[in-house]
Amino acid sequence: MNRSRDDDDLAALRTGDRVATERFVREHAAWMLAVARRILRDHGHAEDAVQNAFAAVFKNLEKFDGRSALRTWMHRIVVNEALMLLRKSRRGRETPIDDLLPDFDDAGCRIEDRWTTVETPESLLQQTQTRARISELIDQLPDNYRIVLMLRDIEELSTAEVAELLDMSETNVKVRLHRARAALKKLLEPLIRGQAL
Amino acid sequence: MTVPKKTLMRRLHGAMFKLPLMITCEALEDFILAYLEDDLPRKQRLVFEMHLKVCRECRDYLRAYRAAMDLAKQGLEAESQVLPEEVPQDLIDAVVAARDA
Ligand SMILES: [Zn+2]
Repeated sequence: MNRSRDDDDLAALRTGDRVATERFVREHAAWMLAVARRILRDHGHAEDAVQNAFAAVFKNLEKFDGRSALRTWMHRIVVNEALMLLRKSRRGRETPIDDLLPDFDDAGCRIEDRWTTVETPESLLQQTQTRARISELIDQLPDNYRIVLMLRDIEELSTAEVAELLDMSETNVKVRLHRARAALKKLLEPLIRGQAL
Repeated sequence: MTVPKKTLMRRLHGAMFKLPLMITCEALEDFILAYLEDDLPRKQRLVFEMHLKVCRECRDYLRAYRAAMDLAKQGLEAESQVLPEEVPQDLIDAVVAARDA
């Protein structure tokens, strides 16, 4: 993001001007909603998260030091607000992922059907129904794994950032990320193999 | 969730740091993330790649693992796009009002 553009936005915002505020909200609300929806999977909760995130942004405007881009800073804020709501709304215990992990025989050899072709995302994503199907399949990941995958692979936070947000060790984040990806591979396999939906 | 820290560490020391240079697929599994993030020391990387050379199953697996990551990323981004005109007006009003208050 353009630094001087950030400065202009911030200067107008800091005056508390209503028009500037509304312009700013319109400019950022859409992408923030998309982030919150990916984490929360619920439109109503996502709107709450975005509202809370804007409140936090306005509250901390003076503290924003410009060392990161404005959008990067706001991205961390909306992720954090979404995670707080997710914790509140969480349906009970963490679920195991064992059934979705790779299979090995007694000698430790992998059991894996031969892959002759692998469908590319480009060809798969041409169909709207495939996109919806991908979302549904990712939603089948247990939340405690899905969130790590979301934050690292989709929101592109660093391992250290994810560890801090989730109050986990970096080692634990890495273990979970790998398992989440392995489970994801199993879930998405029917699509990637190019079979019918 | 229980973290198999001990198992991981045992495998780290048992399988990777010692010769012979062959490891099982199951042992390789624990190093996939580090391999993809270029976090493996050179010797371990060599062992990892040697396994891939001789193991069709792990090659296929890794290919599908990466394809799933790409598909998830691109798929979610395409699916969860929110257009500016789709942002509810009452959300914008609420945010602006909250700041005015
Ligand atoms: Zn193998």
